[in-house]
Amino acid sequence: MAAEPRPALQVDGVTRRFGAVTALADAWLKVPPGEFLTLLGPSGCGKSTLLNLIAGFLEPDQGEIFIDGALVTEVPVWQRGIGMVFQNYALFPHMTVAKNVAYGLAARRVPREEAARRVAEALALVKLTGMEERKPRQLSGGQQQRVALARALVIRPKLLLLDEPFSALDRNLRGAMQVELREIQRSLGIATVFVTHDQGEALSMSDRVAVMSEGRIRQVGTPEAIYRRPADRFVAEFVGDVNRLPARLVAVEGETALVECGACRLSVPAAPLAAAAAGTAVDLFLRPEQIRTAPPGTPGLTEAVVAARAFHGDHADLHCDAPGMAQRLLLRVPGHAAEGPGARLALLPDPSADAVAFPISG
Amino acid sequence: MTLGPGLRALQVGLRLLVLAIIGFILLPSVVVSIAAFSDRAILTFPPTGFSWRWFEKALTYEDFQQGVRNGAIVMLLASSIALVIGTGAAMAIDRYRFRGRALLQAMLLSPLVVPHFTVGLGFLILAAQIGMARTYTLVVACHVVLVLPFVLRSVTVSLRNLDGRLEQAAASLGASPRRVLFTVTLPLLAPGLAGGWLFAAILSFNEFTASLFVTAQRTQTLPVAMYNYVREYADPSMAALSAIYIAVTALLLVLANRFLGLGRILGVEHGR
Repeated sequence: MAAEPRPALQVDGVTRRFGAVTALADAWLKVPPGEFLTLLGPSGCGKSTLLNLIAGFLEPDQGEIFIDGALVTEVPVWQRGIGMVFQNYALFPHMTVAKNVAYGLAARRVPREEAARRVAEALALVKLTGMEERKPRQLSGGQQQRVALARALVIRPKLLLLDEPFSALDRNLRGAMQVELREIQRSLGIATVFVTHDQGEALSMSDRVAVMSEGRIRQVGTPEAIYRRPADRFVAEFVGDVNRLPARLVAVEGETALVECGACRLSVPAAPLAAAAAGTAVDLFLRPEQIRTAPPGTPGLTEAVVAARAFHGDHADLHCDAPGMAQRLLLRVPGHAAEGPGARLALLPDPSADAVAFPISG
Repeated sequence: MTLGPGLRALQVGLRLLVLAIIGFILLPSVVVSIAAFSDRAILTFPPTGFSWRWFEKALTYEDFQQGVRNGAIVMLLASSIALVIGTGAAMAIDRYRFRGRALLQAMLLSPLVVPHFTVGLGFLILAAQIGMARTYTLVVACHVVLVLPFVLRSVTVSLRNLDGRLEQAAASLGASPRRVLFTVTLPLLAPGLAGGWLFAAILSFNEFTASLFVTAQRTQTLPVAMYNYVREYADPSMAALSAIYIAVTALLLVLANRFLGLGRILGVEHGR
């Protein structure tokens, strides 16, 4: 086995409680150098707690944290060599842009000339050259974010931490900043931990995503793996849109299992169904784009009636009612497809669909 | 907007009431200020003639001059010491949870409700017990206790408005706790500190009741000197001095408001 490169960040079995509440339970993570890892989850899932533990604003009750191979569990924030961008940027209001960016260099007693050069480089990197003497309040939200990024990067941190940095930006700006941040991060090759509750953001930006809920890391994997092979019901429902259909487990054959839904049989990963016996009812999960339509009467998953159609240009979303299903089904069809409200359809799984199934919970 | 006659009458009545209240509040200051320009050697209202002579007397009278000097020394020392203690205490109370935290806060604020008479008398007895003469030290110590609550309030409010993430950001950038304090926390608290100091200074300079107990002839502050004067004379120089007092205090309060107003603006801005 080839030797792994020393991880930029390693979290070993970290637990943190607040009183009786376990905010983070037994978290394990390894971030190799240069990776962009996203902590994704709803509010209260423990992602901010984990980020604060990595930064050093909190101390774990159990477990150890390593940054660039060094044990930092008891090292104070200011000696950890991290760069952090806060949700509302936390720029120092009483300092100019240049002073803000130079702050970490001054704290490290970098000689004045070198500091000036590095500040200029950092501001050029985030395209803010010429703004040196402005005060933060004179900048737009996007510019403030660039200053915050320059301030975090200029100290050449071993690890970059981003705490929902896009949540305060309007939508148009957000997309552009996401691309730009990723370009800068890649060009510097700096390992990054990014916290967000926005699954779209997580899928589009990350090398890997750690999906969290209720203080636990549910699954760590590439965006594609998370989307196509969710490890559990929570991940399937939280990441991307998904339809849940009633199905029955037919058989388990090694790595794959066979489930039956309506007139269709689909193979799904066997691992989540390990505890289920053949013949038991399971929930089948299919993405909106993995369901195709056919004329009514065609044997398929189920029949459905289109209740509403939302046009999105290249595609349209069909919200359908199916007999015996409490939840509406969501279908993603090409924008030119003609089905409108009231249309009766038979639904079939796409042949290339990555279906997953989980035992019925509770 | 159209109003019925009844509503309009009510509105006019309310305005008159507000004006009457403001007039009532300002009345003593106005009466004193007008009486100060009297040309006769006895306090009368309304004055019978106009003259600046009592202002001249007030400004050149030896005891008053000494009182201003003493008051200024005590004021500068007491409010500065109170600022240091008050800032430290406010930070400890705001940021740390420790045994006796509520008790400490209550004790530091208690001079607000304890009569100044009691504080002054207490210091006098204590000084006598330990054989301390009625020196500046005693006066300053007494004033520190009296103005501390105001500094504490002012700094506490500023601390609440301070965004804790700014300090976290500074720490993440490699600043030691000491560096964070001096480069981020204190500069951002500056308006609140200045406001608290100014308020303390004005209170100290004007304080009479406790000062009467703890000052001696050599250390008496202006209010005490005025009290001693008025026991023997009743000429309008007292009124003249009061008018100057009112003008200077008003000016300082306007300045204080400017400072605190500035603090509010800063607080709003970094909150966005």
